[in-house]
Order: sequence, then C-alpha cells, then structure tokens
Amino acid sequence: MQAKLSVVALSIASVFALGACGEKEAPKPVEAPVAAPVAPPPKPEVTVKLGHVAPMTGPQAHLGKDNENGAVLAIEELNAQAIEIGGAKIKFELLAEDDQADPKQGTIVAQKLVDAKVTGVIGHLNSGTTIPASKLYSDAGIPQISGSATNPKYTQQGFKTAFRVMANDVQQGKALGEFAAKQGVKTVAIIDDRTAYGQGLADEFKKGAEANGLKVVATEYTNDKATDFKAILTKIKSKKADLVFYGGMDAQGGPMAKQMADLGIKAKFLGGDGVCTPEFMKLGGPATEGHYCSLPGMPLEKLAKGPEFKDKFVKKFNGEIQLYAPYVYDAVMVMADSMKRANSVDPVKFLPEIGKTSYDGVTAKITFDEFGDLMSGAISIYQYKGGKLEYVTTVGAPVEVAKAEVAQAVAEVKDAAMAVAGAATEAGKGAVVAGAEAVKAGADAAKAAVEKK
Amino acid sequence: MDIFLQQIINGLVQGSIYALVALGYTMVYGIMGLINFAHGEVVMIGTLVTISVAGFLIKAGMPVIFAGLAGLTVSVLVCMALGWGLERVAYRPLRNAPRLTPLITAIGMSIVLQNVAMIIWGRNYLTFPPLLPSVAFEFGGAHFTAVQVIIVLVSALTMGGLLFLVYRTKLGMAMRATSQNPAVASLMGVNINRVIAAAFIIGSALGALAGIMVGTYYEIAHYQMGFMLGLKAFTAAVLGGIGNLAGAMLGGILLGLIEALGAGYIGDLTGGFLGSHYQDIFAFLVLIVVLMFKPSGLFGEKTGDRA
Amino acid sequence: MSKWLNPRSAFGITLIVVALLALPFVAAMGGQAWVRILNFAILYVFLALGLNIVVGYAGLLDLGYIAFYAVGAYTYALLASPHFGLHWPFWVILPIGALVACFFGVILGSPTLKLRGDYLAIVTLGFGEIVRIFMNNLNAPINITNGAQGITLIDPVAIGDFKFSTTSQILGISMSGPQKYYYLLLALVILVIIINLRLQNSRVGRAWQAIREDEIAAKAVGINTRNLKLLAFAMGASFGGVAGGVFSAMQGFVSPESFSLIESIMILAMVVLGGMGHIPGVILGAVLLSILPEALRYGVGPIQMAVFGKMLVDPESLRMLIFGLALVLVMRFKPAGLWPSPERKRELSDAGAGNG
Repeated sequence: MQAKLSVVALSIASVFALGACGEKEAPKPVEAPVAAPVAPPPKPEVTVKLGHVAPMTGPQAHLGKDNENGAVLAIEELNAQAIEIGGAKIKFELLAEDDQADPKQGTIVAQKLVDAKVTGVIGHLNSGTTIPASKLYSDAGIPQISGSATNPKYTQQGFKTAFRVMANDVQQGKALGEFAAKQGVKTVAIIDDRTAYGQGLADEFKKGAEANGLKVVATEYTNDKATDFKAILTKIKSKKADLVFYGGMDAQGGPMAKQMADLGIKAKFLGGDGVCTPEFMKLGGPATEGHYCSLPGMPLEKLAKGPEFKDKFVKKFNGEIQLYAPYVYDAVMVMADSMKRANSVDPVKFLPEIGKTSYDGVTAKITFDEFGDLMSGAISIYQYKGGKLEYVTTVGAPVEVAKAEVAQAVAEVKDAAMAVAGAATEAGKGAVVAGAEAVKAGADAAKAAVEKK
Repeated sequence: MDIFLQQIINGLVQGSIYALVALGYTMVYGIMGLINFAHGEVVMIGTLVTISVAGFLIKAGMPVIFAGLAGLTVSVLVCMALGWGLERVAYRPLRNAPRLTPLITAIGMSIVLQNVAMIIWGRNYLTFPPLLPSVAFEFGGAHFTAVQVIIVLVSALTMGGLLFLVYRTKLGMAMRATSQNPAVASLMGVNINRVIAAAFIIGSALGALAGIMVGTYYEIAHYQMGFMLGLKAFTAAVLGGIGNLAGAMLGGILLGLIEALGAGYIGDLTGGFLGSHYQDIFAFLVLIVVLMFKPSGLFGEKTGDRA
Repeated sequence: MSKWLNPRSAFGITLIVVALLALPFVAAMGGQAWVRILNFAILYVFLALGLNIVVGYAGLLDLGYIAFYAVGAYTYALLASPHFGLHWPFWVILPIGALVACFFGVILGSPTLKLRGDYLAIVTLGFGEIVRIFMNNLNAPINITNGAQGITLIDPVAIGDFKFSTTSQILGISMSGPQKYYYLLLALVILVIIINLRLQNSRVGRAWQAIREDEIAAKAVGINTRNLKLLAFAMGASFGGVAGGVFSAMQGFVSPESFSLIESIMILAMVVLGGMGHIPGVILGAVLLSILPEALRYGVGPIQMAVFGKMLVDPESLRMLIFGLALVLVMRFKPAGLWPSPERKRELSDAGAGNG
C-alpha cells in the first residue's frame, strides 16, 4: 500500500514539477506518469535503486543527514523528469543506510546494498567507511560515487567502480599551502585531529606549505572528540606562528578559533572543507571573524546552477546546506547521466560511461581522471566575515590548455599503468598497487609541471 | 616563562573541571563502592537543560544573569531527579547482585540517556549562551578569563562543602557509617536507602554544576560530550584514590596539569616522537605508574577484597 | 563425559550441528548481509569466550580487551598487505598474531597483578586506549601502522588458490565469500569452546576459580596467583589476537576506529549479560548483543510506520535506546545473566545482604 501510494504521489509530483519546468518538454510524458498505473499499454517502468550511505547517528550525524538530503533532492528531480532509458521509464529509488561512521558497520551496510542489488551507490560520507566498503562494491561491480570521502587512498586501490566528485586531500592540501604562501605568511603551525581525514589533509598541507617556502614551526595534534585545545595552542603561541592550519571538522575548529582568541593568539586560522560550515561560525562565535577555510570546487554563488540549487534545498528542507549536500546531489546526477549516455541501467554497461563523464554539475564541471578522481581540482578559499562565508579566491584551477596537457601526460602514464597491470600475477597484486601509486605520483608531477607553466 | 605560566593555568582550569565531575563519581563510590558510569551523562544533561532553559529565557527578554540562575536551578533540579531515578531504577534492585551487574546497567543507562538526549536536543552541536561576561585578564604574559577563575573557585568550594557535609553533619555521619558497613549502619538506625539516594542526588547536583561550568567555559554542548569527560574524571578519581573527596580534587587537578604540561613540553623533549598526539596517554601512563606503587591511588585507603 | 553417549543428547547434538551447518544458507535467503551479521556474531562469540577466561574464570575485570583484538588485527594486516609488501599465508599469521597478543597480555598483566576490582578496570581501560592511540599515531617517524588512514587491501584468507573472499562452486553448491568465512569462524569457535570446556574443569580452571572467589585464601593453599593471573591474561589475549586476525582478513581494511573503548565495553556486556563463566551463557550473550541491534535496525522503522503511520523517532536513535534499555532490564531481573551456571545461580540465591 505504502509503495503504491508513493508511486501515485510521485507521479502527481512529477506532473506539477513538469508543469513548473515550462514548455521545454513535450506534453506527451506529462500524460504518461498519470496513466501509468491504469493505462493498458504502459511503457515498462523500471525501478533503479541507488544506495546512499552516511552516518545518521553519532557526532557527524548532522553531516550525514545533509548528505542524504542532497541525494533525496536529486532523486526527486530525476523522477520528476520522467527519464527514459533503454525504452523504459525510469523511476529512481533511494535506499538510505546508516554506517555510524564505523568501518565495520560500513561493510555490513555495503553488503546489504549489494544484496538489495542496487544499481549504484552514493557515498559513503567518511573515508574510513568508504574504503572498506569500496571493495565490496568493486567485487559486485556496483559503481560508487562519493561526494565527501577525500582520502586519496579511496581511488588508489585500483577499483574501477570507485569515483568521487570532490577534490581529494592531496589536491586540497596543495592548494591551501599555495594560498597560505600568497598571504605573506612566513611561519605556520599545523594541527590535525588524527582522523583519516584530518591527518591526510594536514600532511598534504605541510607538503604544500613547505613547497611554497613556508616554515612549519609546530605540528600539534588533538582528537575528534576534544573540546580543550589550550595546551597545544599555548605551545603554538610560543612558536610565534603567523598562521594556524587545522585539519579537522567544524565541531573542534569552532571552539579552537575561540580559544585562540582567548589566549591572545593573533595568527590567522585556516582550515579545509571540514570547517567551512555555518556550524563553525556558530560554535566559534565572533572569534572566527577574518579566518579562512577552503572548499573544493567553486562557490555555489559563482556557478551557473548554484543559487538555484541553494534555493531549492532551503525551500525543501527548511534549513541551510551544511556541507556536502551539493556534492552528493551531483554524485547522483553523474550516475543518472552516465546511465542516460549508456542508454542502460545495467552497471556493466554504464560503468565505463561514468569514467567518460563530462557533466556540468552544481559544484563543478565534472570530469574524472583515470583513478576516478575529479579532474579539475579547483579549490576555493573563503573568509568568515560578519557571520557569513565570503568568497576570496580560487586556487589551483588549471587553465584549459594546461588541462589538455595534463590529460596528455596522464594518458601516457595510464598506458604505463596498464602495462604494469597486465604483467601482474595474483601474487603480485601489491606490486600493482605500488605501481599505481608511483604512476599517480608521476601524474601529479606532470600536473604540477604543467601548472607551473 | 609566560608560556609555562599559561600552561599551568590551562591545566589548573581543565583539572578543576575534571575534579568537579570526579567528585560526583567519588561521592557515590565512597558510599556504595559502585562506579556510576552514567555520571558523565548526568553532566551532559545538566549542560543541555541549562541551554534550553537559559536560552529560552534570554530569548524571552530576561536579563542574562536571571536567566542563568534559572537555568542553573532547573538543571540542578532535573539532574537531582535524574540521579534519584537512576538509583531507584538501575542500582537499588541490584544492590546484592554480583559486582559487575550494576556496571552493565550503568552502561545501559548511559546509552539510554545519550539517545534520549539525542532525540530531545538533536544531533548537532549546540552553543551555550554566554551567561558570564567575558572579562579577560593578563598576568605575566598569560591570558585568562573570569570564567576560568570562577571554575577553579567553584570546584574548590564544592569540595570544601562536601567535606563539611561528610564530616560535620548528621547525614555525613550516616554516609560514613553506610560506607563502612551497611548492615551494621542499618542496625544503628541509619536508613540506608535514604542515605544512598542522598549520595546519588548530591552527586548528580554536582554533575549539573559541572555541566554548567563546562558549558560556560567551552560554550558548546553535544549529546555525546559526557562520555570522554566522564572517563577522564573517573581516571582522576582513581588517581587520587576513589572514594576520597580530597583525593578526587587533587587527582583532577593533577590530571589537568599532566595533560597540559605533557602536551606542551614532552613533544619537544622527545624530539617530536611523543607529541601532543599522545596527550591522552600521559594521563593513563601516570595512572598506571602510580597504581603500580600505590595500588589504591595517591590518597586512597587500602581497600579490602570486595566481593 | 558419559552424558555424551546418551542417544538423546547425541540426537540433540546432531541436530545442532546440522542447524549450524545449514544456517548460512538459511540466512542467505534474507540476503548475504545476514550472513555477514552472523559472521560478526560468531566473531563476537569468539571474543566473548576469550574475555570469559579473564573475567568469568579468573574474575579479573578487564575493560581493555579490545587492545588484543587490535594487536591481532594489525599483526595480520601488516604481514598480509601491500603496506610492507608482505603476503604471508594466514595459517602462519594467525599463530603469530596469537603470540604477539599473548605477549601484550603479559605486558598488561604484570603491572596490574596487585590491583583489584575497579582499579584493575581503569588500568586495563587505559591500556586499551594506549594501544589504540599508538596505532593511530605510529605513522611517524617510521610509518608502521599508517595511522588513522588504516591499512587497505589486506589479503583475504586463502588456502592455495581457494580464496575465502569470492564466490565459488563447492560440490556443485554456490558458496559466497561470507558463507565460506562462516565455516572458518565456526571451526575456530568450536575449537575455542572445546578449550574453554577443558579449562573449566582442569587444575588451572579450578585454581582460577579459587582466585576469583578469594584470592588470599587461594594464595594460602599454595596457588601461585601471580603466574595464574598472568596465564589468564595471556590466554584471553591470544584468543583476542586470533579473532583480530580473522577480522582483518574478512574486512580487508583495518583502522584504529574499529578498536575503540565502546567495543571493549560491548564485549564485557556480552559476557556479563549472558552469564559470566558459563559457556552457553556467554555464547547466548554474544549472539544476542551482536544480532539485536541489527534486528532492531530492520524492525524499528517498519513497526513505527505501521503503528503511527509515520516516523516519530528516527529508527537509529530508537534502536540504541532499546538496546540500552534491554541491558538495564535484563540485569534488573536476571542479575547473574540470562543463562548463569547452576552453581552461580545457587550462590546468588543463598547470598543474602552479606556481600554488599
């Protein structure tokens, strides 16, 4: 009963949505959904199940819900468009699961989605759960697109099914290092929260900062449950850093900014996407004023579809976007787009198409490199001003020419990778990975070289 | 030098918070020999109730000081009721059960309270309304605020008050008697149930107070904030000798200082090998070393073999 | 042992064996996810039985048991993954994991010999945290554990070309990865049960019992309490180490997040909830506590929809809420556990207010 009702509701919703869209669509499909439950020769309707995984409980539950909202919005819109693939009408359905940000739960939930024979998976949120789950999806041949797992390892395991629509920690850390150098900063202190995310980002920032001639005067650590940072901040104060970089999430970053102010530290605070949230300013209060953070991609306001997405989101969920919702939305859209281009909802057929994606998303123009990472690793820097995030600049966006050259270089390395893969035997699996990592390093170097040009 | 002074202040304030929570653990332990694992959750509820009450009243236009006092009163009352309820539901029926049994109910209650709090207050971090004016001082290059001074004072006063209660009042005498031998105490006319309930209620009121202090200091709260805090405070209580009020206080402050100084200096002393990423370990290492030489903590009495 | 020859119990045992053998195929009807849940349940049985030696037999309250599990898991991960480029077979690594964990058990055991009850609890808890924090941070100066990023691409259990991670045909029956692991785990857990049973009635087992009941008296009758306590820690730890190794292989990924304090508490809850020191009880506790949250995951949402017509409370928070309540209620009405050993039950009903 429940299911039937929702089908009817959806068809009605789609009629309205189509009406609202204007005259672009032919009137024919408007009839179809209404007629579908009754009309004798209906177009065959195929339900495409997409899994979505994020923590719905625990400290990151607010981000998990935000991700899910992004996916829900995308699915609703797709259904409203009444897409036809392979001659059948497609109805998307979201199977939302909670992995509690726990790797063990991550695999159980992944198995559940594999059993449910989902066509694709959006998620997970955390790198810690995404990585072990990606093996299951890869074994089952289910494409996976994460909108928020930024650990480079996720796509370096050599799985053909793993993609992400967000710049990884390497890309982001590098850009942040570049930005810090441009601010006239000479010395930096680095703090990370010892999670896979924070540690990865901080390490990459360190490399980026040092490559740009900055001196790292202190490296300190905290954890993702801490509330008191005074001891490490006091130490940083004694080292007289011009800038404090934090690799971690908003729940710690906010109080940290506040405690910096309490201790009379004048240094600027800089963080990654984890602290680029309204929550950060809420928790940090006035102390966040003038500090910086970064988000992969370009700001929503600067993108063609950004403001529209924001309006839709706020209207539907009656709340602000927390963080990754637009990326998750894009992840769903990329998945659907690949199905359309392959004209099939069979993962075997549309998986190759995901790699060839060139989709104009809300967050960026999405194209993947050979690992499934986002090709254009543009990172935007924001400043907290008057309780709002203000766009400052975009770092690391390769120009079109450079992009082509990178693609060329990447293609060459890719051939090398293929050769390595071909030669490998079962026992030599490790070698392949090592090889792949080397290749990746090569690609990065090539990219860097091109960027320098 | 100013850095050293600053680290001492950091440690002292953090330690006072641990101490305030540790007093709640030790209060119950001293009388019943029971670890009230859910005490950290009581602290959390105290903070969240204050946020709701004070936040609402401030929004309604009440002056901050009165809203704060109202928040304090309500949250202390709620936590007292909670402490009483905990004792009635989870501990009293198990008074003669094997020693591990109440530990499991305590863990169960802890899970229940966390999830109830999550349902009521949501999953997001909440901001604590600024109840005290943020006055900052500078002394010898070290910065500190009025809130920090108040926290240290409150925990010292609380400990003083508790010592008075236990050693100078009739209830205190009954408590000491119960802790020595409940059977004999009850023969002497002590109403054991009432004494134990009182210990829980007082302990929980302290928890509420601690929660408010934590809230005003960090200005954030979350339904899972009680767990780590409770764990640290429990460590502090054991370090000082659990069941001993002055020991809990000193254990708390010691723990705070170890953490601050450990994070501040050990990294440089070991060439970066043992940096602040091991901040949480220093406390445990000191605890293990102390217990190796003094198996009942720094100030604990030698305990017999509890069945 | 004569009880075993009784035809009726022989029939019962056959029935149980058949049921256990058929279980993964029954569970698979509900989806492979259920087989995976089953596997974790057996893994927890394994861990709970290991902890039972320490807590149940010797009466030493250990809140850091997960540390040994972690040590075993990392031993496997380091010796069978691209991280160091080592790919040793599992039958070599599992005993090594057990040995390393055993070594850690002795390290933990020796400074805590003098401690009792709650002091022991907090020290073991601290030890568990220390191990986890080290694993989280030993990526510098030398990268040993790869820190919070964890170790990926860990080899699955394999015997020659026969891999436990993939689906294959055995005697014409298609068997999935989780199903194969099920049988491996089942074999291991039966081994542990046999060891537990043998220990229970051995000299060592009785000596542990004596220590548990009255350490001073035990010492007085000439029991070497120090060595026996260390032995309990070491044995419990070795089991944890083996379980960790299997976990590592099954997951293909380990990171310190999996070894948090709450896991230790969970395993302790299994032992106590089921019935300390009583093997069937411990097994029951472990199975219940590992499957209950999963069952609730499937049950809570639909029931709310049916009763109220909408989601009042989101299923995830309700699930944990019910779980917590279940812990409290079971302990409230069955303080010795759901299935205590007969002696323990008797002791409890005899003991009056005297041992408060």
